Amino acid sequence: MLKRIETKVLSGGRLTPGDALKLFESDDLFTLGRLADTVARRKNGKKAYFIRNRHINPTNLCVNRCKFCAFSRSKGQDGAFELTIREIIEKLGGRQKGRSKTDLHDISEVHIVGGLHPDWPFEYYQEMIATIRKHFPKLHIKAFTAVEIDYLSKISGLDLYSTLMALKADGLGSMPGGGAEIFAPDIRNRLCPEKISGDRWLEVMEIAHKAGIRTNATMLYGHVEGYRDRIDHLMKLRKLQDKTGGFQAFIPLAYHPRNTEMLGGYTSGLDDLKTIAISRLVLDNFDHIKAYWIMLGEKISQLALRFGADDIDGTIIEEKITHSAGGLTGGQMTAEDLANLIRKAGRLPVERDSFYKSLKVYA
Amino acid sequence: MMKTKKPERLDTRKALSLLKKADILDLGQSADEMRRSLHPEGIVTFIVDRNINYTNVCVNQCTFCAFWRSKDAPDAYILDTKTLFSKIEETLTLGGTQILLQGGLHPDLDLDYYIKLLQSIKQRFDINIHGFSPPEICYIADSADITIREALGILHGAGLDSIPGGGAEILADRVREILSPKKIKSSRWLEVMEAAHRLGMKTTATMMFGSVEAPEDIVTHLAAIRDLQDRTGGFTAFIPWSFQPGNTEIGTKTKGQGTRGKGQNKKRATVSSAATAVEYLRVLALSRLYLDNIPNIQASWVTQGLKLAQVALRFGANDFGSTMIEENVVASTGVSYRVTKEDIINGIKSAGFKPAQRDTAYNILRTF
Ligand code: SF4
Ligand code: SF4
Repeated sequence: MLKRIETKVLSGGRLTPGDALKLFESDDLFTLGRLADTVARRKNGKKAYFIRNRHINPTNLCVNRCKFCAFSRSKGQDGAFELTIREIIEKLGGRQKGRSKTDLHDISEVHIVGGLHPDWPFEYYQEMIATIRKHFPKLHIKAFTAVEIDYLSKISGLDLYSTLMALKADGLGSMPGGGAEIFAPDIRNRLCPEKISGDRWLEVMEIAHKAGIRTNATMLYGHVEGYRDRIDHLMKLRKLQDKTGGFQAFIPLAYHPRNTEMLGGYTSGLDDLKTIAISRLVLDNFDHIKAYWIMLGEKISQLALRFGADDIDGTIIEEKITHSAGGLTGGQMTAEDLANLIRKAGRLPVERDSFYKSLKVYA
Repeated sequence: MMKTKKPERLDTRKALSLLKKADILDLGQSADEMRRSLHPEGIVTFIVDRNINYTNVCVNQCTFCAFWRSKDAPDAYILDTKTLFSKIEETLTLGGTQILLQGGLHPDLDLDYYIKLLQSIKQRFDINIHGFSPPEICYIADSADITIREALGILHGAGLDSIPGGGAEILADRVREILSPKKIKSSRWLEVMEAAHRLGMKTTATMMFGSVEAPEDIVTHLAAIRDLQDRTGGFTAFIPWSFQPGNTEIGTKTKGQGTRGKGQNKKRATVSSAATAVEYLRVLALSRLYLDNIPNIQASWVTQGLKLAQVALRFGANDFGSTMIEENVVASTGVSYRVTKEDIINGIKSAGFKPAQRDTAYNILRTF
């Protein structure tokens, strides 16, 4: 029974890895949900957030070519693309014909992630950020996963801290949480041996936090890992967060098997909800748990708002990485659609900025 | 002797207040407990069957229906027997036990057509014919100028085994007037079901919500089904599903005639977004709690997606419906990818239940 864990959580106690395992193995979906819901409400009240943002993938060329990644291409391969900075500016609404000026004010954040380009120099990335900053001074620039930062530090010849400080000076506002996948080395080696280690990912994040750059954290689950690996992942994040306090949101990402070279099934909707709930309970030092609707699908994301999540991310124009890995949700959602999902889940829809400041409350 | 107290029956007032106000987790948990006590084995059933639409011509032209064509539409059809038989053969080869035989209300098809259709299938194949929802039964009866009872008796005699619960939409005429003004009224839908049950035929019941109804209408619908079930016991399952806007008159703001041929295209109501997951689960859970005399509640993966259907298994549902071979055949031509039987079996397993293939009467044929 979960009584002991319930009491512990409600009195502000911290869950051990053993407690977390008990929760994963429990069939008591409703107690788990209610408990996570209670914790979410203690942290964020009735509020649930979304953001108006736009995703930009500058390139899908990538030197890594991770097995599970359906997004990346090699140079010259069909479907490979490399955006010029001008094209990026145009995608963000600048200088484009037929688009009204008000569009520019619609979004408050641009989210930039892409492949590890074989030839672009560090200066290209700097110029990309600086040019966006110049064109859209009010737009928050959230860019580059820890994997990309590690790579940028290699090609720039600078250490991590200097790399990050240089990008920050150009206009980098915060970092997304991608590339974390699963930290446990044996699983990580099977899933994405091409990628930086879990320790390195955590190191990049620690240094980013030191450089005053807030970040998110993710976990990719539902492939070849077990519950213990998920718990190990959560514990490592909790530990780093104790040290730096630099993480804003945790985002569990359900693995999508279609079109990638790896086998495996979809996670069940119940597993998705439990993983959200347990993340909420274990990560007591994270303010926000995000149920990313474009990955989970709008239906499970909405339900997740009653299982511990308080954010469903944004109105999104482009999300190539998800789509090519078989994401569940196609199209776009308007701010009103997202607000409706939140409202129907019994939460108060709040449009936020990149640091969870409320921009607009949808009554 | 210990007396076990029967859980109290929900009355309509309580049902309405649950639907409107209950916390979704509380409602889900109660429904989950009731599902567990009705089906303690942890089995979730599904049926391998095929949806066969003998014609898409329909005089009713309901506002929410994306299927109908008028007779003169370029893609209007009546299925020829050769295609029909090969579809049934494929169904049997794939382990299917039932065909879901439905169609529009075609003005030129008479009672004789239906009798021959049923007989020709039964002569050749050992398969359950689950067919003709109440609007079709009424149309057949009216065209032949006989009573519903007589029509059912004749069709049953010709090989019709059971009746699907379609066409119920919302059994509140206020809503039907908007959704499907030409369709049979609630009382007739119930009359068909009652007559079928009296003839010993089993049927299912559906409800399509999330269009223009109020919570009161949903409760009215559930009450009508429960009352009839008290009298006949003929319903095997209840299937709530939510209206899907898109490609229908009611779901789009402007709609021309398109390729559907002559027909109404007057906008009657607008529904811009489908019921959300939380609303679906609320209705599903309430259905489980309210319909204490109906053994099975179906999750609708076709309208809700596999992931939400899995969650639905913890909000009152114990059946996954059909594997929809038809969709899979479409998929095998590369047109679209749909869910396979394997996906359904794995989906049930990963939700923590034991998958079992069932027949129309919910007898278990095979476990996985
Ligand atoms: S997951 Fe990222 S690092 Fe790996 S191949 Fe894809 S884009 Fe490159
Ligand atoms: S009766 Fe209505 S729902 Fe049925 S086929 Fe005709 S138009 Fe469609």
